[in-house]
Amino acid sequence: MGIDRMKTGFSAMASLRFIFMTALILAASAVAARAELRIDITRGNIDPMPVAITDFYSADTRTAAIGRELSEVIAADLERSGLFAPIDQRAFIQSNESLLVRPRFSDWRVINSQALVSGSVSYEQDGRLKFEFRLWDVFAETQMTGFAYRTPRNNWRRVAHIIADAIYKRITGEEGYFDSRIVYVAETGPHTMRIKRLAIMDQDGANHKYLTDGSALVLTPRFSPTRQEITYLSYFNDTPRVYLFDINTGRQEMLGAFKGMTFAPRFSPDGNSVIMSYAKDGISNIWSMDLRTRRARQITNHPAIDTSPSFAPDGRQITFNSDRGGTQQLYVMDADGGNVRRISFGQGRYATPVWSPRGDLIAFTKFYGGRFFTGVMRPDGTGERLLTESFLDEAPTWSPNGRVLIFFRQTRTTSSGAGGVTKVYSVDLTGYNLRQVKTPTDASDTAWSPLNR
Amino acid sequence: MRMKLLGLMAALLLVAGCETPADEGATTEPSGAEISDAPPPPPPAATAPDVMDPQEYLVVNVGDRIFFDFDKSDLRPDAIDQLNRQADFLKANGALTVVIEGHCDERGTREYNLALGDRRASSAAQYLESMGVGGGRVETISYGKERPAVLGSNEDAWGQNRRAVMVVKAGMLS
Repeated sequence: MGIDRMKTGFSAMASLRFIFMTALILAASAVAARAELRIDITRGNIDPMPVAITDFYSADTRTAAIGRELSEVIAADLERSGLFAPIDQRAFIQSNESLLVRPRFSDWRVINSQALVSGSVSYEQDGRLKFEFRLWDVFAETQMTGFAYRTPRNNWRRVAHIIADAIYKRITGEEGYFDSRIVYVAETGPHTMRIKRLAIMDQDGANHKYLTDGSALVLTPRFSPTRQEITYLSYFNDTPRVYLFDINTGRQEMLGAFKGMTFAPRFSPDGNSVIMSYAKDGISNIWSMDLRTRRARQITNHPAIDTSPSFAPDGRQITFNSDRGGTQQLYVMDADGGNVRRISFGQGRYATPVWSPRGDLIAFTKFYGGRFFTGVMRPDGTGERLLTESFLDEAPTWSPNGRVLIFFRQTRTTSSGAGGVTKVYSVDLTGYNLRQVKTPTDASDTAWSPLNR
Repeated sequence: MRMKLLGLMAALLLVAGCETPADEGATTEPSGAEISDAPPPPPPAATAPDVMDPQEYLVVNVGDRIFFDFDKSDLRPDAIDQLNRQADFLKANGALTVVIEGHCDERGTREYNLALGDRRASSAAQYLESMGVGGGRVETISYGKERPAVLGSNEDAWGQNRRAVMVVKAGMLS
């Protein structure tokens, strides 16, 4: 397993099938009805919920360290969400061993913990690790949820993210997003001779890996919703074309045989086609390529620039960027190209529309008054809200649950080449909780994967 | 102009008559010389020291780039003048094929700028074609905002980066 992982780097996906999830018997006693522990994530700037995340107990020295690291990964996931405030473990009173029998809730109430995470880790006879986890409502003195997972040892980080997702879901009522990855463009060198490489990492920055070597300029990678595949733009042989990248094998394949630049690719929600722009004689139209038949179909036919297409999650509509009205604006059309209507009417230019995986919003980049903004609006163009602003914010991508956006931010460059720092940030849909996403080098063009499965 | 060209052509042919073929290929004064009727010179030795690189010639004597206004691809008067010079140069050097690179400044989103760069390169290429440079000699490529010529987040740098640049792809000066 370890060797296999070194070879592909992504055996975590393959080993998914080895994860078995079983609900523990809920043995918690019924307690008088009271308001359930819950975070409403539709409101902005709420106080993060104090939560005690204990080290997963192990009687075995071989797994004690994993129990500690597991707890750290869970705590870091929940903390980064901005919705939870993990309590310093030095304040804990009850030992994690005695926790396995039953929490002494008064010990957790006294340190103001509203939720409590406990668990254990041990070896199974077949060599796999078994993780047990329970989430407790400290004030109601009830178990909110509990699971056991069995997985190969080298897969423990995924278990941590899956547990963090379970906690997030139980308390917010929304799907989590921690068991996911981010593909992006790693940047090095001066901007006049920038070297760009595809890179991939877990959403918390772990398991970072470069996918291309930088010899060809690469841009705008996007995840397949259904396969371990990325579509992106490569300047291989000085010929900018849309490619597919197989994450498991590293195989790269040019998509189609177009006689001009193809760019701005995105998968359809069923993963069976890629929509993109095709530029010919100065005119960029939107095309679709069926990945099974390899047939290309033209969707828009207009002498303007039509680019950055993005499907609605139901596959019935496409939002895209066009300057057919004079300047860049956002449009929505039916998937066959009919019924085109403009949805952005505010001041300035609008670009990079991306449909939320929930379907309720379209995220975009806006350029106005010399500043760039990340924002969202409803698919009918109403309810525009701006979430971030800087000299250059660009290219939002949605978390799998549609609650968080990541985008890249570039600072001004001086004529001597100082500045021009390009980093990735995340922000909640509410506009709060702006944080840098740590990357080894400068970074841009992020795309969030669906939840791993 | 015609008389001048014919004179130059005669001079070139004279020179050709009394020098070795290798040196003939290395002629470095091709301006306006239309010698398409003459038999094509054999390719020069790769190491000939006095062969002028066509790209270098283009940059120094013709000018390799034109500039655009923000978010525009229409040709400004200064760009038209420049393209006229480039058209003359290409007509005088019928063996050259070129690529026009379209570029944008950093104040735009990546994908739109790729399309805008393509539109800039195409507008230059289409003008050259309208001036008689056809036959598939002019290709285009867009780099969007990926390859600025000049560093800096200021009007001067942006103005220099919104450009279409002619790059010789293949062929020798005539």
